[in-house]
Amino acid sequence: MLPLLETEVTFELILQQIANGVAKGSVYALIAVGYTLVYGVLQLINFAHGEVYMLGAYFSYYVQLGLVHFALKRTWIFRLVEVRSVEMTAATVHIALFSFVCAIIGCVLVGVLIERLAYRPLRNSSRLAALITAIGVSLFLQNGGQMVFGADPKSPPIVTVQEAVQVGPVALANTKIIIIAIAAAMMTALHLFVQKTKSGAAMRACSFDMRTARLMGINVDRTIALTFGIGSAMAAVGGVLVAMDQPRLTPLMGLLMGLKAFIAAVLGGIGSIPGAALGGLLLGVAESVVGTWSTTYAEAVAFIVLILVLLVKPSGLLGKAGREKV
Amino acid sequence: MTRLFVILIVALAVTFGVNWFLAEYIDDYVIRVINLCGISIILAVSLNVINGLCGQFSLGHAGFMAIGAYVSAYFTTTLRYFDEAEAKYVSIEPMFATEWGFVPALIVGGFAAAAAGIVVGIPTLRLKGDYLAIATLGFGEIVTIMITNFETIGGANGLPGLPPYSSTFWIYSFVILVVMLSYYLQRSTFGRALIAIRENELAAEVMGVNAARLKVMAFIYGAFFAGIAGGLLGHLQQTISPVTFNFMKSIEVVVMLVLGGLGSMTGAIVGAVILTALPEALRDVESSVGLPGVRMVAYSLVLILLMIFRPQGIFGQKELSLRLLRRLLPAGKSSDTGTGKDREEKDS
Repeated sequence: MLPLLETEVTFELILQQIANGVAKGSVYALIAVGYTLVYGVLQLINFAHGEVYMLGAYFSYYVQLGLVHFALKRTWIFRLVEVRSVEMTAATVHIALFSFVCAIIGCVLVGVLIERLAYRPLRNSSRLAALITAIGVSLFLQNGGQMVFGADPKSPPIVTVQEAVQVGPVALANTKIIIIAIAAAMMTALHLFVQKTKSGAAMRACSFDMRTARLMGINVDRTIALTFGIGSAMAAVGGVLVAMDQPRLTPLMGLLMGLKAFIAAVLGGIGSIPGAALGGLLLGVAESVVGTWSTTYAEAVAFIVLILVLLVKPSGLLGKAGREKV
Repeated sequence: MTRLFVILIVALAVTFGVNWFLAEYIDDYVIRVINLCGISIILAVSLNVINGLCGQFSLGHAGFMAIGAYVSAYFTTTLRYFDEAEAKYVSIEPMFATEWGFVPALIVGGFAAAAAGIVVGIPTLRLKGDYLAIATLGFGEIVTIMITNFETIGGANGLPGLPPYSSTFWIYSFVILVVMLSYYLQRSTFGRALIAIRENELAAEVMGVNAARLKVMAFIYGAFFAGIAGGLLGHLQQTISPVTFNFMKSIEVVVMLVLGGLGSMTGAIVGAVILTALPEALRDVESSVGLPGVRMVAYSLVLILLMIFRPQGIFGQKELSLRLLRRLLPAGKSSDTGTGKDREEKDS
């Protein structure tokens, strides 16, 4: 039944796919962190997180569009007025970086707003109500996005020319190397933040026991807002990186990405940041390797992994096995 | 039991009459909306048994629908696929190609979906709450991906050419069937045991309820009718594709339930009708405003606001009945002066 590819599957090809999978998995990891942090604190699957990732990509797109047009009108940076898309060069990299920062700020605001407007009023109601609200927010952002941005795919005006770079036995696109490097840096920074700073300690305390944390003088509301902010910032980074690597933005791009990132978080053990990283990487590699044979079945890998994990070890690879309270 | 049969036969006769009336006098678009409402009612009422009564939050209803739709289509539709060895298109003639063969095909589709209900129900017994939701969602996605990969039944392009057998009569016959079955089920030992599991699984087990068995049975029941609804939808639209049954469809059904009140069958019916008919009514508004997609945005906003301001939905867990209506009429007519809790007890 498997629609096999014509090309022969060799060891090199598999290695190559693993390398691509690491890049894919880095993005999963970045987004999975948002799920894991929020679930750790609120026991809520923030379905809208995938849409924050989508918004990150769109924010950077619009900032780039505005700035590139501005630069083009003044004509002293670029000679060709007709050019709508420009290459990533020394002259445009600052615009790209600026749009990156704008996307992060925008997403942090969106994330905190979602928490404040939709989830906080439901903090004391049933988890089911919160879950349904999260689905509602996700639908709202998807459809609002389709209304505001339009359903047709968009590509960012600053194009990163992709070149293959030989790394050991495999050839990786330069964009993929950037993704892996930035994702690794962000994950390390986040891990240090959560483990070493006072705010990080407050987050851990809230996820351990919110009531006691409040009694110890931790501002729980602020900490939850911080959690959403950090998660959203990571999602924004993921969105911008994917927009750079695969320049095809659609308002629905967050849907599947969000689901898969959540699965990565479950695989790694929900509530654990190193778990999110590990789960993301494993899922990315698994998808890429299966994709060697069939790209459509690769889409099913995540869901099969999810069901297997939930059946065999629901606490995930690095999660703490806790007995479900009755 | 004889009363049940009398009601059933009268209802079927009325449906048959209404079907004839609609076909004679009402225009096709309205009939189509009425038919879609019927399919939504089957979906919402069957999901209510899993999500509302048993409290197992399932997001996989569209997966069961897909199985029912494709299996019933397999029996009624001429399938064509490209045979590479012979280098020509090969047709598979359907087994039940007549209109009367349509119902057996639907029921076989329902059984196939029910079998999938066992497959989903047993392994997910350990899971609760959001984990169960996400696992059932994963199941639904796997079903659509499998269909996408299955070229004989159309793959990603979908399967065209289903015969248009889904008439108002057939759809509403199944509506009556599922509503009456669910009504009696809710009042049976089985239904009460499901409610006990929802309220407190541990306590229910202590009282001798076999929670594992009943949960799987709830899944089978819900999946069976989801499969029937899928088959009806397929033979109404005459084309089915995996995209029709993606998880947005599951979420749609959940929204219907939540709007009407999770756990209330009449709520599910009202929610299904509102959420199927209202978007059609808003279609004109949407085109006059000139903003496509407003509909879906409003849809999701309703969901969020509902959860914040009235999480129990329109009816809560109450049923809309003549008694409830009488009580809602101006005071004085009703002698009931008890507290809300007393009323609920009397209602059930």
